[in-house]
Amino acid sequence: MDLINAVIVLLNYTIIPALTYGSQLALGAIFVTLIYGILRFANFATGDMMSFGTMFAVLLTYYFQSIGISFGFLPTALLTIPFAIFMMILYMLLIDQTVFKYYRIKKSPPVQLAMVSVGVMFVTQAVIRIIIGPTDRRFLDGEKFILKATEFKEMTGLAEGLTIKSTQMITIVVTIIVVAIMFWFLNKTKTGTSMRAYSDNEDLALLSGIDPKKVVLITWIIAGILATIGGILYGLDKSYRPFVYFNNMLPIFAAAIVGGIGNPYGAFFGGYVIAFAEIFLTYAYKRFLVYILPESLEPNSLMQLLSTDYKFAISFSILVIVLIFRPSGIFEGKRI
Amino acid sequence: MRNYLNIIIAYSIMMLLIILVGIFQSWSIALTIFNYCMISAVMTLGANIQWGYAGLINFGIMGYTALGGLAVVLVSVAPVPEAWSVGGVNMMTCLGIVILMIFSTRYILKNIQKSKKRNYLIAGIIIVGLILIKIIAGPAIEQIEAVDPAKTGFLGGLGLPVLFSWIVGGLFAAGLAFIVGKVALGLRADYLAIATLLIAEIVVSIIKHEDWLARGVKNVIGLKRPAPYEIDLQTSPWFINLVEKFHSAKLDLANSLSERQDILNQLVIDASSVYVKLCFAGMFLVVVIILLIITQKALYSPWGRMMRAIRDNEEAASAMGKNVVKQHLFIFILGSAIVGIAGAMMVTNDGLFTPGSYRPMRYTFVIWVMVIVGGTGNNFGAILGGFVVWFLWVEAAPIALFFINLFTAHLPETNEIKVHLTNSAPYFRFLLVGIGLLLIMRFRPQGIIPEKIIKQ
Repeated sequence: MDLINAVIVLLNYTIIPALTYGSQLALGAIFVTLIYGILRFANFATGDMMSFGTMFAVLLTYYFQSIGISFGFLPTALLTIPFAIFMMILYMLLIDQTVFKYYRIKKSPPVQLAMVSVGVMFVTQAVIRIIIGPTDRRFLDGEKFILKATEFKEMTGLAEGLTIKSTQMITIVVTIIVVAIMFWFLNKTKTGTSMRAYSDNEDLALLSGIDPKKVVLITWIIAGILATIGGILYGLDKSYRPFVYFNNMLPIFAAAIVGGIGNPYGAFFGGYVIAFAEIFLTYAYKRFLVYILPESLEPNSLMQLLSTDYKFAISFSILVIVLIFRPSGIFEGKRI
Repeated sequence: MRNYLNIIIAYSIMMLLIILVGIFQSWSIALTIFNYCMISAVMTLGANIQWGYAGLINFGIMGYTALGGLAVVLVSVAPVPEAWSVGGVNMMTCLGIVILMIFSTRYILKNIQKSKKRNYLIAGIIIVGLILIKIIAGPAIEQIEAVDPAKTGFLGGLGLPVLFSWIVGGLFAAGLAFIVGKVALGLRADYLAIATLLIAEIVVSIIKHEDWLARGVKNVIGLKRPAPYEIDLQTSPWFINLVEKFHSAKLDLANSLSERQDILNQLVIDASSVYVKLCFAGMFLVVVIILLIITQKALYSPWGRMMRAIRDNEEAASAMGKNVVKQHLFIFILGSAIVGIAGAMMVTNDGLFTPGSYRPMRYTFVIWVMVIVGGTGNNFGAILGGFVVWFLWVEAAPIALFFINLFTAHLPETNEIKVHLTNSAPYFRFLLVGIGLLLIMRFRPQGIIPEKIIKQ
């Protein structure tokens, strides 16, 4: 019985939140890695682009709520995803045409493109703050919990409760669907294969008749889908605040590099590595240990390795360690 | 002379803009902007040494700035004896353990061949060290933070003169840069950018959450100042006499004695704040000029030529027998130290240390915009970039407000769009700086004042 309670404690406080957070990071990391692999630069506007897509979802959710459209027990925001993605892709293509295209044709070094993306970051941030303001916004509606702690306790008769928030379930399910479709697209369709070819060796791909314009277009479209969905899922789970999205860029970068930048599988995996590390290292294990250890050994401290203040610092430390010992990432990415 | 014409014109326009702010807004605001411009200029000089001279991209400027600020607290604040007596011994023991860890790791790295055994040994040392530190420091930290938490709750500093901390800030930053450089300098440019940014985040989060060190997010206020305080000035007779002389014409217009006294009081209050800012401006100007002379000399010395050679073609320079790795590390440390000095200057100017305010947007990306806009590889350009971008950053909101009012003049006061735009005027600074960066990158990638290479 104690063992089951211990497992429930771990599930409730570490594994489910880590899976959720990891899914959100994974979507962002695949976005970073796609841009890096195909357009060949580190996109510092990542967080703000995700924020931009989410902003439309927030505004449309408010609009839908005002005219009385809802999605039953699911959040209305899910209904707005297609519109938000559409706006996001339009914005990305606009930025690409006005800003990035020039440097791509000139074959500028990646650093220059990264600096340009810093400019895009500033502009995007300004646009977001001018349109929606910097305040915290919650746009979650519908059913909040799938499983409440008290219900779980009544059902099973255990001392520990298990809570599953609907946003956690939605995040995990949507991520699996989106990522599955994306991997299918990259591996099985002709366009996807041509994208991978372009990423591996640009010159060879061009020689074999792949249209670079089409590849770039498709990349931005996929990037728009990933960025918007990732952003909306994060916003539903926590809340929408432009500043937080900018900060999330850093663990996302860490995830992409840890997994091996340029490698979408690596990025997907890297998201979970970062999330699990962050949550496992900052969780206070006291309650867990109380169940599995005999009474004489019960800990009297919190048994926390690091305080939760250092959550971000953990992902960065992992990144630094990976960069030192295995610079191409856990899965072979591009050579650094 | 001709060569310097564009520099002189650019600087004159900049000065004119600041003077215009003085005339139209107030001299106090103009001087605040001027001081911050100079602090930004020092940061830009540091970043420019790394990027312009050597082509190293350092997005960790925030971390070095924060360390410089920390130095001010650790050097100038008076020590807290209670905290030292409660936890000083334990904290010092921990410091000893850290030093021991570093030296034993170095010893192992030097004396044992590269192997799995060596990695395990190092990992073992680090883990044992961390556990020891956690056991020893844990209770001590709690006790230190319990000492009068509203006012102190930290170990305090050394109580030395605050100007000394500018040098210490540089040293702190240099120390961090040494570690970062050893770890990250081998990486490709954009990875280096990300790695430095993340390491800076780690540094800031440590400063933020280790309350025993510098009170963390509870901030340290009322730091020492190398300049007189306004209150003291307002009560000292020589200063009042000076103001009286300066404004005698205006004072003579007063009708009665009491009215004259009122005007004088107001003038003294205004003048005291201007006087303090002038003192700071003078000190900062000295720092900027010294750094400018040194960096200019260095740029046109054999060393500077070597750095340019390394930047432009690493392999060729390395083939000529230049130690690229060593030079990169050296210049990385040098640039970061200058940024650290700027960080210390900024905290001294503010008189308070607020770790929560160190954000990558303001302390890394804006500084980078300054470097790119001003002109990479040119020190005059870097300083100008610091001035121009900081000026835009501060004055963007008033400028935006002016244009919003202009374009929405025909709308009624209660119009929703007008109210919304007016409220979001502060965010136009991001727009202005971002568009400025994009335009410069596109149409004048070498910056306002481009790099000049004197051929001998």
